[in-house]
Amino acid sequence: MSLLAIEHLTHWFGGLKAVSKFQLDLRPGELVAIIGPNGAGKTTVFNLITGVYRPSEGRMLFEGKDLVGQPTNQVIAGGVARTFQSIRLFKELSVLDNVRIARYSRTAYSPVSALLRMRDFTREEEGTRRESLELLQIFGLADQANAISKNLPYGQQRRLEIARALATKPRLLLLDEPAAGMNPAEIQQLMDLILWVRRTFGLTILLIEHQMRVVMGIAEKIKVLDFGETIAEGTPTEIQNNPRVIEAYLGEEAA
Amino acid sequence: MRLHDWKHRRLALVLLAVFPLTILLPRSGIISPYVDLVLKYVGINIMLTVSLNLVNGYMGEFSVGHAGFMAIGAYVASILTVWVFPSELGPWLFPLAVILGGVAAGVAGLGIAIPSFRTRGDYLAIITLAFNFIIKSVLENVDVIGGPRGFMGMEKLTSLSWVYLWVIVTLFLARNFIFSKFGRGVLSLREDEIASGLVGVNTQQVKVLTFVFSAFLAGLAGGLFAHELQFINPRSFTILKSTDMLVMVYLGGIGSLGGSILGATAYTVVLEGLRSVLQVVNISQEWRLVVAPALLVLLMIFRPQGMMGLREFRFFTPPEERPESIDALRSRLQSGPEKAPEGAL
Amino acid sequence: MQFLVQQILNALQVGSVYALIALGYTMVYGILTMINFAHGDIFMVSTYFAFFVATLLLGLAVPLHPAIVFVATILAAMFGTAFLAVAIERLAYKPLRTAPRISAVITALGVGLFLENFMVAFKPVGPEPRFIPPLFPLINFTVGGVAVSTIQLVIIVVSALVMFLLDTIVRRTMVGMAMRAISWDKFVVPLMGVPVDRIISMTFALGASIAAIGGTLYGMAYTIDPYMGIRIGWWSFISAVVGGIGNIRGAMIGGFILGFIEIFTPVVLASTYRDFVAFSLLLVLLIFRPTGILGRPSVQKV
Repeated sequence: MSLLAIEHLTHWFGGLKAVSKFQLDLRPGELVAIIGPNGAGKTTVFNLITGVYRPSEGRMLFEGKDLVGQPTNQVIAGGVARTFQSIRLFKELSVLDNVRIARYSRTAYSPVSALLRMRDFTREEEGTRRESLELLQIFGLADQANAISKNLPYGQQRRLEIARALATKPRLLLLDEPAAGMNPAEIQQLMDLILWVRRTFGLTILLIEHQMRVVMGIAEKIKVLDFGETIAEGTPTEIQNNPRVIEAYLGEEAA
Repeated sequence: MRLHDWKHRRLALVLLAVFPLTILLPRSGIISPYVDLVLKYVGINIMLTVSLNLVNGYMGEFSVGHAGFMAIGAYVASILTVWVFPSELGPWLFPLAVILGGVAAGVAGLGIAIPSFRTRGDYLAIITLAFNFIIKSVLENVDVIGGPRGFMGMEKLTSLSWVYLWVIVTLFLARNFIFSKFGRGVLSLREDEIASGLVGVNTQQVKVLTFVFSAFLAGLAGGLFAHELQFINPRSFTILKSTDMLVMVYLGGIGSLGGSILGATAYTVVLEGLRSVLQVVNISQEWRLVVAPALLVLLMIFRPQGMMGLREFRFFTPPEERPESIDALRSRLQSGPEKAPEGAL
Repeated sequence: MQFLVQQILNALQVGSVYALIALGYTMVYGILTMINFAHGDIFMVSTYFAFFVATLLLGLAVPLHPAIVFVATILAAMFGTAFLAVAIERLAYKPLRTAPRISAVITALGVGLFLENFMVAFKPVGPEPRFIPPLFPLINFTVGGVAVSTIQLVIIVVSALVMFLLDTIVRRTMVGMAMRAISWDKFVVPLMGVPVDRIISMTFALGASIAAIGGTLYGMAYTIDPYMGIRIGWWSFISAVVGGIGNIRGAMIGGFILGFIEIFTPVVLASTYRDFVAFSLLLVLLIFRPTGILGRPSVQKV
């Protein structure tokens, strides 16, 4: 049973074909990586899945339901979460608020209820406070709950971003270059973290990454994009020895 | 609403105790009619400032035409008390008229909310200004409500007591809105609108709620304003009025209820004070009108965050939201769930 | 038929003034991506410069040749207004170049309001409307049943000349090229050795001078008062948006469109509906086609 099924996904920006006939059949629990040189269209695929852009052509089904045309917050509410290449936390807000905001789609009370402080409001808010703090505790950030998120060190900001994404209770997690700007020790910890998160939260993960060590280390399947086209797919070993892939990365490290 | 908390009970008692003063002080002559008037204006301005702060401060948007909403509230409330409601029932139905004025303004708020889905920044500012002009233009063209000559006949129903009550209602509702998932959604829109949608915030819902609620509050203020002056015309609600509101918001501090109160009070009192000062020094009153824009420009250049910055009085923060409560809750939680792998990350 | 030609002539006259002022909005937006809401009020001040200089020169004991008075008035208005605009830019806008956009918008509004209320409070000016004394013979004559006046012709011809000159400057000179370059990329251009601050000041000065030309001519045909900048400024601003803000040719086209709205709305509806039509047009445009007729759409990268 396919969790995320994508067919013929194509997207144009004016005259530029950013993504061309992208295809994906993601099974629950899988960890698939999308790699490719800069500008290959990888982030565009994420943007298409999450409804930031409406695809020029193609079909996308998440758990059997059509994603095309769905507004972003509905896609998220439907169970897809995402992190960003450059961290996009709500910088001036506290660590706790960053996580709580992500619970918007999972909290059920009306504006009137909030304005008049009715019973369901109080109950839901207490629950949100508690669950958000618990999530922060899991990620070792609970001590920082009241700290302003822009003051956190880089590594903790990355953790917070992942924690925030998990607050939306997703079944599919899209990670956009989570290893950006990390040294080898941090990369190893990140790999452990990603695998732990998948296991603990029962997630399926789609990963964009440049760091080959991460990709080769944790991905089960890899898709290679270049100029929007899928030029190869397969297991890490297959991809490593693929001449087309090596050629596309000419000048970049492929190991 | 539950008043089981002793702090809430104490607050309610204090507010209740002040209420009789709002009746006695003006009636007995302890405060002069002039002071009574200034206090009423302070109250109305607090409502206007809170209203605009929701959109410009908390949501970080660009509304520069809010006087239009005030106008709608003023006219609708006035039409109701002068033409629709039987005059004997006037004072009793006054709150209803004010509320309906607010509702009408809230509906107009939809007119700004919907364009805001696709437009931000400068363009939205222009849309709000155009809106202000259009409302003024429409009011001038509808002769049946007086056109450019204005509308009159309202009784002086706005008492200090009413203003006091409405200010409390405004602050209560605004504070509840801010400290809720909707209020947090508003803040996230200001921070990063795209990331906000991508963590599941229904940005359209938040925008509509904020604009409509904000317009509603401005409409309430308009209704009170109309029944104080007993005469309104389209020229009371131009961009000059909108600028007054902008000054109060940016003076007091964006994103702060305490700041809204400070800004509104300071501005109203200073302008009134200037009236006397200029009389004494024998300079024409027209120079007062130069103060607001000059202040605004200086504020923008030297202290755009206003008196309060983004901070809030502890008083307005609900107890369970305060840092110490969060810390207390955290230490009460079980260290149950399995922790993520540690490390420098 | 005569009626139509008459109205078209009137629309051209009014539209020329709007176009001249719209140029100021559009040039500043093009270079700083900022809407100088004070521009309409700067136009208003220019009319007062012209008024005072003209009154002064005409009241001299030794009468000067009318052509000299005319040229001197326009030049004085241009210089004075340009100076004012550059001063505003340096004092109020420059500190906010890196601030959030809302600050610049509100500051511009504040500056505009300050100018209006200052002029009302400042005794030599005051709120009563005035006329700039005529600086060349105001003759009305009829051509084929259509009423034409010298001031009308002067406005239309001078405006066309100015617009043509500006277009040439922007397209053919180094300064113009620098202006266009800055409008495309504000950060790289200084690295190429272009004195960005000076170019920005020149842009403000240019826009203000052009508005001053319009102001001098306007003041001879209509009355001036401190609050006129609100209406005319907004109508000119709408012209710039209609044509595509940031686009000089668009500003010219927009000006004429608004001129037609001004003249033909009373014919079709009623004169009180003018503001309503103009602002509704603005609203519709901003919602459905914010880049205007000739503007270039921008794509936002996520």
